[in-house]
Formats: sequence, C-alpha cells, structure tokens
Amino acid sequence: MEDTETVRVKDVTRSERIEMLRQLILIRRFEEKVKELYNRGLVIGAIHLYIGQEAVAVGVCRALRREDYVFSTHRGHGHAIAKTLDVGHVMAELMGRDTGMSRGHGGSMHLYDPDRGLMGGNGIVGGGVPLGLGGAFAAQYRGTDQVSVSFFSDGAANQGTFGESLNLAALFRLPVLFVCENNQYAATTPFARSTAEADVAGRAESYGLTAERVDGNDVLAVYEAAAKTVTRMREQGGPGFLECRTYRIEPHCGIIPDEREPGEREGWQEKDPILILRGRMEAENILDAAQLAEIEAEVERELEQAVEFAEAAPWPDPAAEHNRDWVV
Amino acid sequence: MEGKRTIWYKTAINEAMREEMERDENVFVIGEDVDIFGGVFKITKGLVERFGNRRIRGTPISEAAFFGLATGAAMCGLRPIVEIMYVDFALAGMDQLINQAASSCYMSGRKVKVPIVFRGQYGSGTREAAQHSRSIESWFVNTPGFKVVMPSTVYDAKGLLKSAIRDDNPVLYLENRVMYTRKQEVPRGEWLVPLGQAAVRREGGDITVVATGGAVQKALTAAEELAGTVEAEVIDPRTLDPLDMDTILASVRRTGALLAVQEGVVKAGFAAEVIRRVSEEGFDSLKRPPRALGAWDVPVPFSPVLEDAAIPQAETIRSAILEVLGERR
Repeated sequence: MEDTETVRVKDVTRSERIEMLRQLILIRRFEEKVKELYNRGLVIGAIHLYIGQEAVAVGVCRALRREDYVFSTHRGHGHAIAKTLDVGHVMAELMGRDTGMSRGHGGSMHLYDPDRGLMGGNGIVGGGVPLGLGGAFAAQYRGTDQVSVSFFSDGAANQGTFGESLNLAALFRLPVLFVCENNQYAATTPFARSTAEADVAGRAESYGLTAERVDGNDVLAVYEAAAKTVTRMREQGGPGFLECRTYRIEPHCGIIPDEREPGEREGWQEKDPILILRGRMEAENILDAAQLAEIEAEVERELEQAVEFAEAAPWPDPAAEHNRDWVV
Repeated sequence: MEGKRTIWYKTAINEAMREEMERDENVFVIGEDVDIFGGVFKITKGLVERFGNRRIRGTPISEAAFFGLATGAAMCGLRPIVEIMYVDFALAGMDQLINQAASSCYMSGRKVKVPIVFRGQYGSGTREAAQHSRSIESWFVNTPGFKVVMPSTVYDAKGLLKSAIRDDNPVLYLENRVMYTRKQEVPRGEWLVPLGQAAVRREGGDITVVATGGAVQKALTAAEELAGTVEAEVIDPRTLDPLDMDTILASVRRTGALLAVQEGVVKAGFAAEVIRRVSEEGFDSLKRPPRALGAWDVPVPFSPVLEDAAIPQAETIRSAILEVLGERR
C-alpha cells in the first residue's frame, strides 16, 4: 500500500508540482492581500480566509477537468482560484464592483463561473452540499463522465443536509465527490466541542460510501486521493468522500479574533502546506531559490494587476434594471 | 385537435408534465413516491411507465437533499419539476428553496439560471390539521426569486404549468388539494397560459373581489348569491408574482370598491399586498375603505367546526362584500 502510494506521488511531474506550488502561493498571497484591503476598507463584507487550507482546494481541483462542477462554501476563494477563475474579477467582486465576478450581487461568498465549472460559493453552512448532488445528477442524466464536487467543513457535517445528501448520493450512485475540509473549527467552536464522534469519514462509510482520510496540508496526498477517487467515479459512477484534515489559521470571519489553545496555531504553521510541498521539491532537487523567487514574483505581478483592475472597476448602477429586478 | 372533453384538475397537471417531457429531454420529475406509486395523489400516474426511472425519480423522505439536488441540476442546465407531497413538508427543505433556488441566479450576476418548478398541493378543508393544511403562497411572494402560480381552473392548471416549466426562473406552482377531482370541459391538445396575466372570472360593476386559489370558487359562489343586489367582479390573479396589477386597477377604477381574499393567514399576506398596491397605485379610484380577508391568525385547526370557521368560506366572503359596500344584511 505504502509503496503504491509513494510511486503515485512520484509520478506527479515536476511541471505539475510547480503549478501546484504556484497555485498554493497564489491563494496564500491573494488571501493576505484581501486581508490588507479589508483593513483599508476596500474589500468589504463577510470575508472568510482560506489560509492554511490551500492544499485541499489545489489538490482536489488538480484532479478535475475544467467542465467538472465545484460547489463551494463561504470560505471559497481558494476553490475559485484552483478552478482558475480570473483573480481580477474575483477581487472586484470582493469590492462590490459592477465588473466583479457576480456583478456585485454576491460578494466573497458567492463567486460563480460556470464556464470553469464553479457553481457558486454558499453563505449557508451545509447549504451547498445537496447542490453538489445536482451537478452529479446532471452528468449522470446526460451520460457524460463529469464529476461534481461538494466542498464543506467539519461544521457542515453536523447539518442535516450532510446525512441526507450522503444517502441520496449512494442510493442514486451519483458521481459526487464530498470533500470535508476538517479545519478544526465551526465558526469559533473547536471540533471536539461540536462533534461527538471525531471520525467524519466513518460517518460517510456508514452510509455506504468509500471514504479516504487524508492529510489536508499535503497537496500531493490530497491530489493523489482525489485523482484515485475521481478516476473511479468517472469509470464506475457512484460517490466518493475525502476527509481532509487541516487547520484554519485565520479567525472564522474577517479580522474578528478568536481564541486558540496556546501553541496550537504555531504547531500547525509548522505543517504549512506551502512549506511541505516546497520542502519536498527542494529535497528532490527540483526547486531552487531562484525558481521559487520567480514564482513569487509572478504571483505578485498577477495580484498587483488584479488589485489595479478591481480598484478601477466601476460601481454597479442602482438605476439599472438588472440590479433592481431578479427576473430572467 | 377539434372538440372538447371533460377532465380532472389533477389530470390536467399530469398532461402538462407529460407533454413538456415529450417536448424537452431536459425536463424530469423528482419527488417522494412519484415513481412506484405515481405520487400519493396520483398526479404523476403513468409517467414512470412512459419515461422510465431516469426521468421520473422517486426519492427518500429527504426534502433538503432532493430540493438541493434539483436546484443544482437546474443550475447545470436541466429543468426539474419537483413534487412536494404536501407544501407543509417544504419547510424541511426551506433553505434550499429560499437561500439556494430563489437566490442563486441573482447572486451570481445571472451567470447561472435556475429553471425549476416546485409543485405541490396545499389547502384546507380536509381535516388534516396545521402541518398538512398550510397555505404558503404569501411567504414566496415575499421572497425575491420565485414566481408564484395558483391555478383555480382545470384549463389553467395545465396551461400555467406548461408555462412554468418553460420559464427560466424558479416557479412555485401551488395545487389546490380540494380541486384535484374537480372536472371541467377543456380543449384537446396543447395550450399555454402565460404567467403574469389575471383572469376576470365574473364581471360586475359594484365591487372588485380579488381571490386566489381555493378562494376563487368561493368568491364566485358568494357573487352569484348576491347577484341582482350587488354585482361583484371576481378577479383571479392566477400568478401572484408577477402580479397583473393592470387588470386589478382597471376593475377598481370601474367599481370603486375592493375586497381581496385568500385562504392563507391575512396578516402580512398576499391579500394585504393587493390592498397595498391598489392603495399606492389606484387610491383615487377607491370610494370606500378596501378590505383584506384571510384565515384566522392561528395554525389551521383540526376540528371541522373550527377549520371551517378559521378559513374564509363563501358565506364569509359574501358578508365581507356587503361590509365593504356598507350594506349589512
């Protein structure tokens, strides 16, 4: 078992690793930029940062095709970037602008880009889990080999939609991949204080799903588990389940501080997903300081342009009919 | 297709689904018991035999999950028809209806559309108590993102549902349980009734009565009983949202008097909304204070004596008409 997995991880090419590293860094720097702009009052509203969890979005989406569906969460910037959304339009949406991803109608929690398979974030914890069944149903109905991914958290695993959706997915043999990002916190409540039975993947197994427990900070482990599961889903149909154990470095929302056990955050920072991949690539001699600097610089340029675009973007026009009416 | 025939209200609903499924491969039906049992009210009878389990999908009792599944499928380009066994049960999946189905299109900047019909039966008069007798139309009129349809005739039941299925917005299509076995003469073949057009069910010059769903027939009965003394004009909006205000305002301009009736609770309800709109848009036409009539402000009671008293009946409507006109008798 160990050997097979090692071989698979080794099969991931250098260029793929570089791309994953670039995405991890892009998401991290994007979130840091969001924090900065939020503090300056440019980014507004309820902002849920993804820092610490980047390996989950990048590893899972690496296993997907453009046309595969992703149903995201309130903490969805990472999923959007891993699904290759344009960061300028995402940033403009976070600023409430007319040329934002959702025309300023959705904000941070409601990023959509159906052309890239991103079917929206969600402001309701657990609300998007059943929607993911729909993407899988559409694929099954049309006879395509697309898959659909429902991202959610350990918090959502305590919502009724979780159990209902697992049963329906298994019953209908829907190609939906449930990805539980167990980030240890539901809003500010620690996992141990919200969840009686700690093995979330075990709950999925009790509904008849095959579930994997994955180190959610190791992007290659996530990618491998996702790729294996997605391949099986494309070939044989039926759902899959990954419990990715990770850690939310930032507070639940915005900059409202929350309390952590002494040393807890610092302990997880040592298992930083960027550091893990970087360390591995350096050890394998496929990444040197110059190459890393180049990636950082490229990300920096991309974000500078994104912020420039967003800051210059016009505000929505309250007089325009499409803003005042919901009918299509 | 010449000639007329007589069919049930529930047959009209079945025909609408059948025809739209024949026309559009993306249309499918999902809900509890819709396949093996044809639904508890037999509205989907025969559809699984015609279209198979791929397109007629029975579900476990999991409203949140299958509402969400259907909403997600609509976002991905299918056109689901979701059967709600009793509209009361929709409350178990309310987040999927309001936060998801109703909101996603606008929230996405119209990047995704949600062409979906939630249809189910509602109403009172069958002694099933509060959790099986709810009228939920007012909630959905109050929710941006849903069109709300309440057919009160067999002809409309079919024509409105076909339009609802072809609409690109979420539509709540409310079937009156008591009317399921009502028979009416209708044409053969296909017809559509556009959403957003009211029907004048009875003409009259003395008072405008706007009535919805099950209240339409009761209002007509009341109007016939008063004929000769008071000529009431009965308007059935058919679609509560979007609401055909032109027809209502034109009538009030002629009659100068308005009674709005619904079977649901009157407080902050649809009938009150009609009064608001007419007060704002046609106040000068009103010669006397308008009135909204609806159910008592209680969960629908079980006992026949209480239920009948709690919900507006033909008799209550007749009295209300006379009260609005200042004629007590």
